[in-house]
Amino acid sequence: MAEGHSAVVTPMSGGASGENYLTTGKGPLSWLFTLDHKRISVMYMVCILGSFLLGGVFALLIRTELWAPGATIMTADTYNKMFTLHGAVMIFLFIIPGIPAALGNFVLPLMLGAKDVALPRLNLLSFWCWLAGATVCLVSIVVGAVDTGWTFYTPYSTTTSTAVVSMTLGAFILGFSSIFTGLNFIVTIHTMRPEGMTWFKMPLFLWSLYSTAIIQVLATPVLGITLLLLIAERTLGVGIFDPALGGDPVLYQHFFWFYSHPAVYIMILPAMGIISELVSVFSGKHIFGYKFIAWSSIAIAVFSFLVWGHHMFTSGQSGLVNMIFSALTFSVAIPSAVKVFNWLATMYKGAINLAAPMLYVLSFLFLFAIGGLTGLFLGSLSVNIHLHDTYFVVAHFHYVMFGGTVIAFLGGIHYWWPKMFGRMYSEFWARISAALIFVGFNLTFFTQFVMGSHGMPRRYYNYLEVFKPYHQASTVGSYILGVAFMIMAYYLLHSLVRGEKAPENPWGGATLEWATASPPIATNFEHEMVGLDPYDIDSLKFDRQTGNYVRKDPGSIFLKPIGDE
Amino acid sequence: MILTGLFDMMMRLIRAPEDGGATFWMPPQSSTIAGEVDWLFNFILGISVFFFVLIVVVMLVFVVKYRRREGWETAPASTSHNTLLELTWTGIPVALVVVIFFFGFKSYLNMSTPPANAYEIQVSGQKWNWSFTYPNGYVDQNLHVPADRPVELLMTSVDVIHSFYVPAFRVKMDVVPGRYTKAWFEATMPGEYNIFCAEYCGTGHSDMSAMVIVHPSGEFGPWLEKASNFLLTMTPVEGGRKLYEIRGCQQCHSVDGGARTGPTFFKLFGKDESLTDGLTVTVDENYIRESLLEPNAKVVAGFEAVMPTYQGRLKDDEIAALIAYIKSLDGKTGEE
Repeated sequence: MAEGHSAVVTPMSGGASGENYLTTGKGPLSWLFTLDHKRISVMYMVCILGSFLLGGVFALLIRTELWAPGATIMTADTYNKMFTLHGAVMIFLFIIPGIPAALGNFVLPLMLGAKDVALPRLNLLSFWCWLAGATVCLVSIVVGAVDTGWTFYTPYSTTTSTAVVSMTLGAFILGFSSIFTGLNFIVTIHTMRPEGMTWFKMPLFLWSLYSTAIIQVLATPVLGITLLLLIAERTLGVGIFDPALGGDPVLYQHFFWFYSHPAVYIMILPAMGIISELVSVFSGKHIFGYKFIAWSSIAIAVFSFLVWGHHMFTSGQSGLVNMIFSALTFSVAIPSAVKVFNWLATMYKGAINLAAPMLYVLSFLFLFAIGGLTGLFLGSLSVNIHLHDTYFVVAHFHYVMFGGTVIAFLGGIHYWWPKMFGRMYSEFWARISAALIFVGFNLTFFTQFVMGSHGMPRRYYNYLEVFKPYHQASTVGSYILGVAFMIMAYYLLHSLVRGEKAPENPWGGATLEWATASPPIATNFEHEMVGLDPYDIDSLKFDRQTGNYVRKDPGSIFLKPIGDE
Repeated sequence: MILTGLFDMMMRLIRAPEDGGATFWMPPQSSTIAGEVDWLFNFILGISVFFFVLIVVVMLVFVVKYRRREGWETAPASTSHNTLLELTWTGIPVALVVVIFFFGFKSYLNMSTPPANAYEIQVSGQKWNWSFTYPNGYVDQNLHVPADRPVELLMTSVDVIHSFYVPAFRVKMDVVPGRYTKAWFEATMPGEYNIFCAEYCGTGHSDMSAMVIVHPSGEFGPWLEKASNFLLTMTPVEGGRKLYEIRGCQQCHSVDGGARTGPTFFKLFGKDESLTDGLTVTVDENYIRESLLEPNAKVVAGFEAVMPTYQGRLKDDEIAALIAYIKSLDGKTGEE
């Protein structure tokens, strides 16, 4: 692969001029109008973590209210708004854009050895759409909020007096942000891979972003159309979903889940991609079963479009339809299981480095195993009937979405933090916080499995006395989570000011983003890069003096300095 | 061998006690279908615990055994795949999920196909109460059924989507406006069991509960006969109070002056109420009758127009009884 390289080149060290993307250009306008994918990524990161904080505050208020049956700190109507806002903010503002827009935006061009994404202006437009959509959502929260649940089921949503129109309009605009990001990633991956990087030499994170992007582009328009129909029904009285106007409320559920089930995989696929990167780097070993993992991402993306009906097993749809959707639902279990086994096999005979990102990988494997396996209960028809719309479902999707996606997102943040900001965080506090999150999370949500299978329905303000111990344990767990995240916010912010300077490659990753300065220069690379095997960890060597991993053959990934003929 | 032994042990730990009582995971089994559902739940639980323990143990063993040692500098070249191994761990989950799907579908067929001789009860959901109509036309707020006889529910909603859920029976079905859905069960043990609304429906969602009262076989018929004739055997005021309790009035209207979704009935009769359109109305027999049949025609100021109509659902003598009851709540007649 490295044949024919024109010049012998040396690895860069921190950008020759000392400039990097954070210092190139000053002032708020240089950020707001930037076309640099790294700056857009940082802005997304700030906004998305802000949304996570907001959604988290709603969650803590919900858990506090549920400390005892009946009124504890708020009325039933306020509680209904709280759980709706928790869901809507976490899903539309945080977890759907989360990994692709914040981490993917930063890493994707770097992994390709490229200067930027293929369509930088569309990237900025995507961020502006996010800002616009988020603003509309926040305004609708202030002017009256929504009490429909994040699912906006009709005919409740077409008859309630809360701010449904503005909230769905916000979600509609956010959809464009998601479509633009997905489109951009597809084009970038197709057109900007460097010399030597064939499809099956791509880092697995890119495979997962690619599968995600396909879902974003194909499924999101359906959500947009559905929300527009809902708005049309509410404002113009067109009968589509409301039986009082001649509509069909179950039709809404089909439309809604045709997007929102694939959306679950928009959330989890990139997380799986992060785990694939991390497990290889922190095991000091080549990923096991690259092709199976890559194909399983595509398989999940395809299957994700065929299983929406499992949200509607009790909706009154026919038994035949239920049977088909149950069978198809189980198909998603297979690629997920394959990935887990491949990750475990990657650790076999490795040299496992238990730094903070790896702790998140271990957390992920533990929690995602529970999240995935409890999916078997819910996919199975007769058991689903009992568990449908109970806390068992709430626990299941939090194990997948939080135990899976959020944990992987945190792993990714800790992994790429030195690259993004050029600083190391406190490893000690990172470990404390990872451990607290693990404990707090299990206490919060495992109890919910048990109360759910005993029949505690979800979205309940009031509940039977027998469920009180479970609810109280769950609430205590949520407070532990709150403390853990405060610790994390502290040491990450602290690192920006006081953190040790990060070397180019502190963890020993063989993907291309580790072959440039930390933080990278505005144009990413000073050389045209060559795409080698991204998991060729044994091509690296730890340099004890600088705490940096260096290539044994430094010239192998550089084609020629940029600008050379 | 060790793995099958471990599996056996797990299965013993999680199996339900023989008497059908509550377990760590499940409420008591009180319908014919519950045993089948719980068996499958436990079967999946066994598989899940096995794989979960396998994953976590393997992971921990690797973490301990292959921890990065001091002085480690570079990785040796290593195997990057093993197609046979990977096909194996693709194939085993495929086989297992096929089995789980099959059992799930089989018991689902049983729980969704009511026997031909089932006793039919009509269920109506509305914000935020249930009403159950028996074949003779009697309506109750709780579901009374005979033990050991299949009961089929024909359900619909007056307003938004609700969901009829009895955990002890493992029965759940959405109750949808504009269409009928069906559910059936056969209760095995006399007693009282909770009915929940499982589909979010607004302010009173979590209080939209009722009871299933399972009568020992032979006692259901006499109960229904006695319950159906209450207007003949009671005074209009007593009958009105019973209607107030069982037909869903009390979820929204208090009789002690307290604020709920609708105006209180306490000292309501004869009062002048200002309406949302700015007019005033005196609460008399005709206003009460109109408010039952066309509830959103004259809404009292400060309240939302959310009450469903009782047109066709209350007979004239029932309306008369409710009027008599509301009249009696003048604060002087006293609690009779």
